[in-house]
Amino acid sequence: MQVSQSKINDDAIDLMINMGPQHPSTHGVFRLVIWVDGEKIQKVEPHIGYLHRGSEKICESESYNQIITLFDRLDYVGNLNNELAFSLAVEKLMDLEIPERAQYIRVILCELNRIASHMLFYGVYGLDAGATTPMLYGFRERERIQELFESVTGARLMHNYIRIGGIKEDVESDFKDKVHKLINDLKKSVDECDDLLSNNEMFLVRTKNIGIITADEAIDLGLSGPSLRASGVLEDIRVTDPYSIYDRFDFGIPVGSKGDCWDRYFVRVQEMRESIKIIEQALVDLPEGEIITPIKGMVRPPKGEVFVRTESPRGDLGVFVVSDGSDKPYRVKVRPPSFVNLQALELMLRDTYLADAVLVLGSIDIIMGEVDR
Amino acid sequence: MADPKNPDSEKIVDPTAAGKSDLKSEVKKPVRKEREVPTVPVNLDEKSEQLSSFLESNCPENISALIGAEADIVTITVDKNNLIDACNYLKNDNKLQFNYLSLVTVVDYEAISETFELNYHLVSLKFRQKIAIKCNLSVNDLSIPSISKIWTTANWFERESHDLFGVIFEGHPNLAPLLLYEEFEGFPGRKSFPFHDYQEW
Repeated sequence: MQVSQSKINDDAIDLMINMGPQHPSTHGVFRLVIWVDGEKIQKVEPHIGYLHRGSEKICESESYNQIITLFDRLDYVGNLNNELAFSLAVEKLMDLEIPERAQYIRVILCELNRIASHMLFYGVYGLDAGATTPMLYGFRERERIQELFESVTGARLMHNYIRIGGIKEDVESDFKDKVHKLINDLKKSVDECDDLLSNNEMFLVRTKNIGIITADEAIDLGLSGPSLRASGVLEDIRVTDPYSIYDRFDFGIPVGSKGDCWDRYFVRVQEMRESIKIIEQALVDLPEGEIITPIKGMVRPPKGEVFVRTESPRGDLGVFVVSDGSDKPYRVKVRPPSFVNLQALELMLRDTYLADAVLVLGSIDIIMGEVDR
Repeated sequence: MADPKNPDSEKIVDPTAAGKSDLKSEVKKPVRKEREVPTVPVNLDEKSEQLSSFLESNCPENISALIGAEADIVTITVDKNNLIDACNYLKNDNKLQFNYLSLVTVVDYEAISETFELNYHLVSLKFRQKIAIKCNLSVNDLSIPSISKIWTTANWFERESHDLFGVIFEGHPNLAPLLLYEEFEGFPGRKSFPFHDYQEW
């Protein structure tokens, strides 16, 4: 941390503190400039762009199936959800029918990915608050899910598994048993994690009533996902604007009441339980059959544009694709949930103490790969 | 094939002349059929149909909006001078209440029609509706009123668009570079930017 002094007015000396760009608590290469008066935060200024690779621009020179690999690398914790969002956009352009089996496998894997992402959040957030144990628990569970991903897709992280029209290859015959065993374990461990941290007195003191954002502010700032629901807004795109086959499942939307750090944390813990419910239902209904709608030659969607909204672990992940009829898109634009959620940081940090800055930042659960693109 | 009565005919053949039945030149230069590019059919669901007909009958005349549709979303095309009015109408009308701005996109059509198209995707959390506002900018005048006072979400999206495309948002609180650094020259989002040849070091 660098510290410098600057005189703003005669009676008070404001201290400017530079947090990042390389700091373990910033969850990536992210720089936050904080002006403090004593211990109170006066003003913050986020600086992003350290990881800007021009992903959207690179998309314009790649074919549609190649772009899926680029989407893997946006939100590198919720890869499958990102792949799904782009595939859905192109499928809507082409008006493709997706085989039932592929739809179910996509949903099962995406929900597992959501749990893995929230588990990572759980572990890292515990660490942000000063508790070391949650990280070990969170990473253990995430590793279990990634082992399953590895057996299905062949890769732990950058899966490149979802294809336009379906999925890359069928799952093995013991997939159902494996997932059954996994979610039975996960059910126990979510409870375990919940017991360990959620009502810990020190954790409550650190996170309750900190970084409050009201429902109106949250909507005005465009917050989405768990950060929006923590403020008490009932908005989950899987329910309010269903895509894929999410309208077939019965699950709840956890919402918070106050919009503080603890609400944002607890909504995610509860969401893991709801995801398990979806996976259980999907496993029962998982049909046999084709896994991909074959496309002759290159993927060439008709001319036009389409905007698709999906619910990624971090929130409203939108994909806007403009096609000119060729085998490469004319323009691809991502609506990254972390990018929009990060804007709220300035408002969340008003009148908090410097020591809480890390906790407030952690509660938004940002992934810099997605923020900078 | 050459005329057998005139052995020199093959040499006389003008390769650029059209309509020749010369086999050799046909093999060399196959005439490729222009591929017909289909367009995405408009397929609005019931809710969007209602929204479209509501807007056509109720949209205030001073906005002079053009109601259309793309795939499954209703679009409303406005002139940039009417953008603020249109946004205020869509946000504040009791039967619309588009209170959530989802995305601001710039699409570069400089090579095709010398325009930049701005797309604002709005969502009504109350009525679960979607709409896109479209606004065309001439490449000669890339300024447009900022909507960040109506939806705060637009703040960073507009900064990003300023960075990558050079669109100037009038009335924006702070148009400092967001994704790029201060000294960066050029607009890497544009089609005219030598993206793959660009070398920073």
